[in-house]
Order: sequence, then structure tokens, then C-alpha cells
Amino acid sequence: MDKQRVKFTFPTALVTQPIIYNLGKKFDVITNIRRADVRDEMGWVILELEGANDEIQRGVAWVSSLGVRVDPIAGDVVEG
Amino acid sequence: MSFVTALRCRECAREYPVEPLNVCDFCFGPLEAAYDYAAIARTTSRRRIEDGPLTIWRYKDLLPVDDDNAVDIHAGYTPLMKADNLGKFLGLDNLYLKNDSVNPSFSFKDRVVSVAATKALEFGFDTLSCASTGNLACSVAAHAARAGMKSVVFIPSNLEAGKVIGAAIYGPTIMAIDGGYDEVNRLCSEIADSYHWAFVNINMRPFYAEGSKTLGLEVAEQLGWRFPAHCVVPVASGALLSKIWKGFGEMVDVGLMEGPVPSRMYAAQAVGCSPVVDAFNAGEEMVMPVRPNSIAKSLAIGNPADGIYAIQTMKRSGGDAHGVQEEEVAEGMKLLAETEGIFTETAGGVVISALKNIVKRGLIARDELTVAFITGNGLKTQEVISDVAQPLTIKPTMRDFEAALNGHTPVRR
Repeated sequence: MDKQRVKFTFPTALVTQPIIYNLGKKFDVITNIRRADVRDEMGWVILELEGANDEIQRGVAWVSSLGVRVDPIAGDVVEG
Repeated sequence: MSFVTALRCRECAREYPVEPLNVCDFCFGPLEAAYDYAAIARTTSRRRIEDGPLTIWRYKDLLPVDDDNAVDIHAGYTPLMKADNLGKFLGLDNLYLKNDSVNPSFSFKDRVVSVAATKALEFGFDTLSCASTGNLACSVAAHAARAGMKSVVFIPSNLEAGKVIGAAIYGPTIMAIDGGYDEVNRLCSEIADSYHWAFVNINMRPFYAEGSKTLGLEVAEQLGWRFPAHCVVPVASGALLSKIWKGFGEMVDVGLMEGPVPSRMYAAQAVGCSPVVDAFNAGEEMVMPVRPNSIAKSLAIGNPADGIYAIQTMKRSGGDAHGVQEEEVAEGMKLLAETEGIFTETAGGVVISALKNIVKRGLIARDELTVAFITGNGLKTQEVISDVAQPLTIKPTMRDFEAALNGHTPVRR
């Protein structure tokens, strides 16, 4: 089992959608939320995903395809 | 020995041992070095600092390293110069420039990498690494060379050849990654998790970021142990702005200066990548990540790790945030060069144009002590001002020379 720590950022249109719930239902991935800030106009959730690596990658790709931005929790690591 | 007592989570305040860690295991918040300020106060003094080396290591008491043998290519103690010509142009009588473009690898990154490399050796790493589009890669490769460490530098594969040479000369392994900006970020995060290397801004980040404080400490010392009233700082990850402010605060905490800190902190970004400025101006602390599209590439961090802390610092200090139009970046570079003889890279152009806008808005009174932070050298981003090279080409005769000279009016701002 692999673990991946990620940050999801939700645009306004997706703030009210149960995307994390569906991620756990559609894919064999355990979602473990550690911190979040969700408001009317946007929101972010920092969470750990646990599962087979392939399954995590498929799940993350699905979340991204919906319009959720997926980033490493440490922010951008490529600096100028 | 250092005065660091722990690594502390900036979100939940849980403490961890001083190890190569950057994230809290509980809330995944970022970790920061925590110090015993009472012990530092008993040890440090203005005299002790003034007797120290003319590098960032004169502030060793406030840096998170134990080893007396720093990895040192002489970063820091860069010029703080009074800018009367630029001040006159802008309507400021008390303007100073902190010229960090003259660091050994030509950017302020030498401060942070010197600290990270020193700590990496303490931890027993043999490889120094980073992912970068320019300045950071140069500095990592240079410090690794000095330390006798291996270095592996990751760059996007579409980076211009000229940018790569500045790092390649020091002999690192350079990995050019095919893919978009987000994919490069993701892969580098995964590599950092999998390899026992010192990634300066990932697993070494709590130590690396502390190096930025020295810019603030140095400015206050060079001003004759005074704090500036206003600081205009370029923002990429947001760490520099918040750490300069942290450095000012620590000077009060350890008795080097009287508090409270009066300095107002201003963030400068170009509008092609201005998530911190946009969030601040919207009254938000939540930074919405963006995809960078700016000529100020050294500031082009779309998902800034310390963006929220930069915003909190601006609010706490009574500062402000300014987005500079892309066309104003080169204008700022030219203005600085033509008035003060400093050739800065695009980030410096952003700072100068932001300063101009701040003054226009009436946020700085004419006589107030103001410092603009110039963090990188113009030789690195010559492509954005290539239009300045317009020599008068003449035949080798006096007649041609005088004809050309008479037909040309030198411009002086």
C-alpha cells in the first residue's frame, strides 16, 4: 500500500460537490483529511490518499479531470 | 552549537526533533525552526555581530546550524546603497537599495542555500538537490561544489540553454524533465520522498528558509541598527517577505533592537503570476493557485508554499501588495540601471515598478526610510531587455563619428 499527501483546490463551481466521497467510492483509495478551508467561492483540502499506487494515480487523474487542482502539499517545489 | 530547540509546525505548533523534515505528520502543515531566544540574548550582541565575518555567518547565533564550518562561498553582506537618483525620480529622499544581485552566484538564493548545504552536511547527506528554472539551481550547484558534495538539479526541458549554463559550470548532474509545470513539480516531490538526498527547498526547507532572515538582519545593521519604515520585496514562494519580517522581530526578541518593529512590508509580483497579491487585494488569506505566465520567471510560483504567511505578514505590518503589469517589468529594470547603475533581473524590475506605484498611491512619505530589495542579477534575464542594445554603427572616420554623435541625443533620466 502506498500513501500520497496532496492538496486539492476546488473552484467555485465544485465547492459543493462530494468529490472526496466519490473518490473513495469509485476507486480503492482511503481518503484521510488533515486540514481544510472551504468557503463559498473556493476551498482547499489537504489529505492523505492510501491504496495501491496505480489506484491512487487513477483516482488523482479522475479528480483532476473534474477541474480540481491537485498539488503536492508543500506547494510548488520548482523555484526560480 | 545552535540555539534551535525543535522544528515547530506553523499551523498546529506540534514540535519535532531537529531532523530533515519539512511537514507536520499530524496536520501536514509546514515546519519551522524554533529557537531559545533567551539563550541567544545572553550570547549575542551588536559587537559580536560586527566582529563576525562579512557574510551571512555573522548572524550564526540566529541560524539553525551547529557546525562551525559553514558551506560558505561568501554569501551576504551585500551593498546597501542610498539611491538618491532613483529617489529623486520617484519623489523619495530616503530610499535605499539592498543589492543582493552581487552574491557569488548572482542572487539572494546563496543565503538560503548556504544554510541548507551546511545543515545537509551536518545530517550526513552526500547529495544536494533542487528543482529550479534558474537562480536556485546555480546556487545549489555552486555550494555543492564548494562542499565537495554531489549535486542533482532538476529543470524543465524547455528551459533556455543560457539559463542552464550558469548551473552547469559547477558540474552538477542536470535532469531536464519533459512535461508541464505541474508535472515537473509532482515528479520532483516524489523523487524527494524516495531518495535520500538533501532537497534544499523540500526536506531541508525549515533550515533553507531561515537563510532569508539574514537579508533583514543585514539591512537593519547596515542602516546603523535602525529598522526601515517601508520594505518592498519581490514575492515568489512568499518565504522571503515573511522571513525578513521574522528577522526584524528576532532582533527585538534577542535584545539587539528596541521594538516594536515599525517596518511595513510590501509584496511585489508581476500580474502574469500574482496569486499572493491577488489574494491580499481580495481580502483573502486563501491563495488560489495559478498557472504562471510571466516574464518574471524567478517569481513565477503559481502555488506558493508560504503565500499565506506573506499575506499575514503584510497585514500585521500594515503593508500592502502590488501587481505590476508585465510591460512594467522591463521598464523597472531600465529605470534602476539608468538611475543607479544596477543591472537587475526581472524580479528587480518588478520591485522598482511596484515601488513607483506605491509612491504614486501616496503610501510612502517623501522623507520615510524605504528599502527596495534587489534579489538577482540582470545578466540572467538579458532577453527581456534586448531592445536596449542599439549601438551607433559608424565607419572608422572622425567625420562619421561626429555626424553620428551630433545626430544623437543622450537620454538621462
